[in-house]
Amino acid sequence: MGRITLRNVSKRFGDVTVIPPINLEIEDGEFVVFVGPSGCGKSTLLRLIAGLEDVSGGVIEIDGVNATELPPARRGLAMVFQSYALYPHMSVRRNIAFPLKMAGMDPAEIARKVEAAAAVLNLTGYLDRRPGQLSGGQRQRVAIGRAIVREPKAFLFDEPLSNLDAALRVNMRLEISELHQTLKTTMIYVTHDQVEAMTMADKIVVVNQGRIEQVGSPLDLYRAPANLFVAGFIGSPKMNLIGGPEAARHGAVTMGLRPEHIDLSTSDGTWRGTVGISEHLGSDTFLRVQVEGLGMITVRTGGDSGLRHGDAVFLTPQPGRMHRFDADGKAMA
Amino acid sequence: MPDMARKTTSARKATVTALAWTVGFLIFFPVLWTFLTSFKTEGEAIAAPPSFLFFDWTVENYLTVNERSDYPRHFWNSVVISVGSTLLGVLIAIPAAWSLAFVPGRRTRDVLMWMLSTKMMPAVGVLVPMYLIFRDTGLLDTKSGLVGVLTLVNLPIIVWMLYTYFKEIPAEILEAARMDGASLRSEIIYVLAPMAVPGIASTILLNIILAWNEAFWTLNLAAAKAAPLTAFIASYSSPEGLFYAKLSAASTMAIAPILILGWFSQKQLVRGLTFGAVK
Ligand SMILES: Nc1ncnc2c1ncn2[C@@H]1O[C@H](COP(=O)(O)OP(=O)(O)OP(=O)(O)O)[C@@H](O)[C@H]1O
Ligand SMILES: [Mg+2]
Repeated sequence: MGRITLRNVSKRFGDVTVIPPINLEIEDGEFVVFVGPSGCGKSTLLRLIAGLEDVSGGVIEIDGVNATELPPARRGLAMVFQSYALYPHMSVRRNIAFPLKMAGMDPAEIARKVEAAAAVLNLTGYLDRRPGQLSGGQRQRVAIGRAIVREPKAFLFDEPLSNLDAALRVNMRLEISELHQTLKTTMIYVTHDQVEAMTMADKIVVVNQGRIEQVGSPLDLYRAPANLFVAGFIGSPKMNLIGGPEAARHGAVTMGLRPEHIDLSTSDGTWRGTVGISEHLGSDTFLRVQVEGLGMITVRTGGDSGLRHGDAVFLTPQPGRMHRFDADGKAMA
Repeated sequence: MPDMARKTTSARKATVTALAWTVGFLIFFPVLWTFLTSFKTEGEAIAAPPSFLFFDWTVENYLTVNERSDYPRHFWNSVVISVGSTLLGVLIAIPAAWSLAFVPGRRTRDVLMWMLSTKMMPAVGVLVPMYLIFRDTGLLDTKSGLVGVLTLVNLPIIVWMLYTYFKEIPAEILEAARMDGASLRSEIIYVLAPMAVPGIASTILLNIILAWNEAFWTLNLAAAKAAPLTAFIASYSSPEGLFYAKLSAASTMAIAPILILGWFSQKQLVRGLTFGAVK
């Protein structure tokens, strides 16, 4: 079981409130991603759940039991740190065995579990090495191994992939998702990368300046962002946000249109503009189009649009795909 | 022009090497001279111009010094005082450095600066009160008294050194241990201590040397029974006029043990002296 509930949990460092009182429900077996810009308080939130920081107010429940005052060791959670935080003076084998040793498990049983975890994580050949003799990806696997052997109620990941190169990151992302499929244990995963959030999460928690802006499935957030912040944060490239008279015509203060929800034509359309920079990704091309009265609009087209810098184009928003926001930045029905 | 670049760097390297050797020799020269003088007769020791290597080598000074003073007792006093004060200091400093490094507060920096500032005060400034306290408590000329005073003298350095070593240990690793179910005790025994062993070792080594060489307090607070090797040397410089050759022999015997210890632990010492900046 791994059901975690936060009730009015808040955190201050001295006079600075980093997390104002928040509420959050994490179901057993869920893959929850905390996403938000740097410094918004994601790590702090995770560390509060882990027990590495004391709450300034509120209650944390794990499986219905009040864990607010419990030390980290007694919460039954496992954490994978951004820096891996392996024990540099221990072999991989002893690193993975450490939590089991702390739990007082029988050595034969420990050996069996370590071997099993190493097999799952492709670490069998490295068990007698020190962490310093491993690559970044292997270190990350050891950190994960150390977390899974103890069969925790939930896994906490704090930006575990941010020290890896792009290709490895994609691989490890898949491996962690796979691990979640197999173990079906609750996972809380912190990242500032919205692509990681979208691809891995059952449920995304968007955090901004310590506040929870929106909670929902990746598609919920994509289809119906609750406010401007979420609209701008989820989706790549960013949603086009348009203010002024054009938005007012649609009864909104700001209107949002995703690059993939705009049709492009060379002959006719709603708005007329000039092509600026184009970014070719092979499968897609993102065109930056300067539209008079609206500003710069990003549009997604197919792999080879044939359009050049300075070409005149027409843009038409797809019907029913427009997002409207009021003066407070809240989404309008 | 890569050739030229290579030439300039190798020329520069040679200059720097020569300079380093010169400085090294200048620093080492007094020790070497003391060593050489200890094998001369008193007459040759003050001869002008002095002879460098070509004199009649003799071990007579060593025999006389051994006859006249009790070297083993002074040696033993030095060992007890330097090792004792260092170990006592480390025991006090570990928890102190620990809390400064891992549970820093608003005043941590001030506390560290304040501790170091005590080293800036001339020791003679507190000699009289210390002497009176020692006299009234019967600690004058006792090994325990000297252990106590040298512990206090070197404590700021020990705390500072351990603090810098502990600071190098990433807090996340200790947090990982906590997440892995380690109690505070297990965290210390299995994670922090093994990681800090090199630092603790070089702290101990450096402070044994500092305490071994400490002359001000040992000379002023111990005259006979508890007097370490510093007093053994000093006894050849004052009472019956100067005897350079015997003084040199005594000095050589006093510094030899610590030189040998230093020689075998060079690596830890360099690390210790640079406060962990070099790995
Ligand atoms: N120990 C601390 N003392 C004071 N302020 C802190 C402390 N730890 C974090 N903060 C502040 O709290 C805020 C949130 O920090 P946190 O590390 O949770 O951000 P984050 O969302 O994880 O950012 P990042 O993506 O860069 O890791 C930051 O403004 C940070 O400066
Ligand atoms: Mg963070």
